[in-house]
Amino acid sequence: MEIRSVKYRIGKNYGFKALVTLFAFACVIPLLFILFFILKQGITKINWHFLVNVPKPVGELGGGIANALVGSILIIFFSSLIAIPIGVLAGIYLSENRKSRLAYWSRLCVDILQGVPSIVIGIVAYFWIVKPLGGFSAISGSIALAIMMLPIVVRSTEETLKLLPSSLQEAAFALGMPFHRVIFKVVLPVGISGILSGVMLSIARITGETAPLLFTAFGNPYLSFNIGKPMQSLPLLIFNYATSPYDDWKDLAWGASLVLLLWVLLLNIFTKLITRKWKVQL
Amino acid sequence: MESTIIKSRNFNASFGSNHVVKNVNIDIPRNKVIAVMGPSGCGKTTYLRCINRMHELIPGATSSGEMTINDENIYQMHPIFVRLKIGMVFQRPNPFPNLSIYDNVIAGYKLNGIRLPKAERDRVVEHSLTRVALWNEVKDSLTKKGSFLSGGQQQRLCIARAVAMEPEVLLFDEPTSALDPISTSTVEELFHELKTNYTLIIVTHNMQQAARVSDKTAFFYLGELVEYDETKIMFTAPKDSRTQNYITGRFS
Repeated sequence: MEIRSVKYRIGKNYGFKALVTLFAFACVIPLLFILFFILKQGITKINWHFLVNVPKPVGELGGGIANALVGSILIIFFSSLIAIPIGVLAGIYLSENRKSRLAYWSRLCVDILQGVPSIVIGIVAYFWIVKPLGGFSAISGSIALAIMMLPIVVRSTEETLKLLPSSLQEAAFALGMPFHRVIFKVVLPVGISGILSGVMLSIARITGETAPLLFTAFGNPYLSFNIGKPMQSLPLLIFNYATSPYDDWKDLAWGASLVLLLWVLLLNIFTKLITRKWKVQL
Repeated sequence: MESTIIKSRNFNASFGSNHVVKNVNIDIPRNKVIAVMGPSGCGKTTYLRCINRMHELIPGATSSGEMTINDENIYQMHPIFVRLKIGMVFQRPNPFPNLSIYDNVIAGYKLNGIRLPKAERDRVVEHSLTRVALWNEVKDSLTKKGSFLSGGQQQRLCIARAVAMEPEVLLFDEPTSALDPISTSTVEELFHELKTNYTLIIVTHNMQQAARVSDKTAFFYLGELVEYDETKIMFTAPKDSRTQNYITGRFS
């Protein structure tokens, strides 16, 4: 009896371990399928010509996604320009003043902002920026995406700095350093890997955002460098071309999907490398 | 005749409503080693941190009363000047982990944006490391990170960093409590060396250490300065019964 009940428990134990392992493995499957599918559909479309040309009208062969690539890079560049300084500085405040009332409310708002659906941010940006300015523009898209980046940058900065030992700052203050120098010369350099990884992840996050751009950057079939005018971006191109009835436009969308996917993957890998390389051993 | 460098009159410090340093009056003589001892939570570290105004960096911390250096009120000076005059070494060695050994020593200048010619920097680094008996150990690895050193070496590096600023007073907050016995005795030997140029105030809860290294000893208990006298007298003929009880180990 005794031995049988123990054996039953050992069996149950194995069963549970197998179940946990199975589901851990199951989590890998969606990504593998997506990768495989997009690769299969997109790999034949991608070549140099695809990257440096703009889309051709229906019926003409060839054409590429240069306008969307340039647009995505420009829009993200300006979003980063807005969101990174604000986010990092706000994160510094939150980690320095953990218990202040402002920190409490600021943290709460940032957390809620993170949960606001991107389409809502798009609509708000449309009414607040696009309409007053009188038309769609890349910069309004940048602002909408910056709002989406902000919470990730703020919280990752805060979490990174919180983990730094207080002895680090004390050492700096005891040498007679003023607050801004303590932050810029000691705290930020030591926490740089964590802050950068947050920034990179936030960029990876907004790279694929479509909804806010529908109302703001709008899209543009031609190559444009003017951030005051509508501009194409990768997710917008995919949205517009994949829903078109033409096969060569759909192909273009598949190619663009693969480029977008590779971009995000590379950003993630790059983030891991940076985190490891620039990590300061405490 | 010894001259007084740090003077406290009716000095109080609190964290919010928690009154941790009560009405402390003390005269600290120049170029001596002063030990501040007492049981945990007696306010000795808080008092020390009031001397270079590190106490006020903690949210909710307040202080009152008079604290002077060379008869100048510390609480009317800018804290940055106070901290340049009064260096500090902490309980745990805390070299800047992102800086080399060389840059750690010069950190007070480099990170404060004070530019020195290269030759002068080299001189300060060599001189400071020599003062803390670390130069021979690290002179070939000055470009390595400070965190690559052993705990005792790191602590001496931190002392060198404080010494490099040429302060008048050096505060030590239980400087050896995170070190092994050999490193501890190396650091203790340093105190004798350093007092020729600086006034040293050392917080310790190790009575033997206080007896070994200091000229004068202050005994704190429950936030009050119970007794302050020549170390020899403190450990042989204390006047207050609480001091007596503490040094004979009746409470700790």
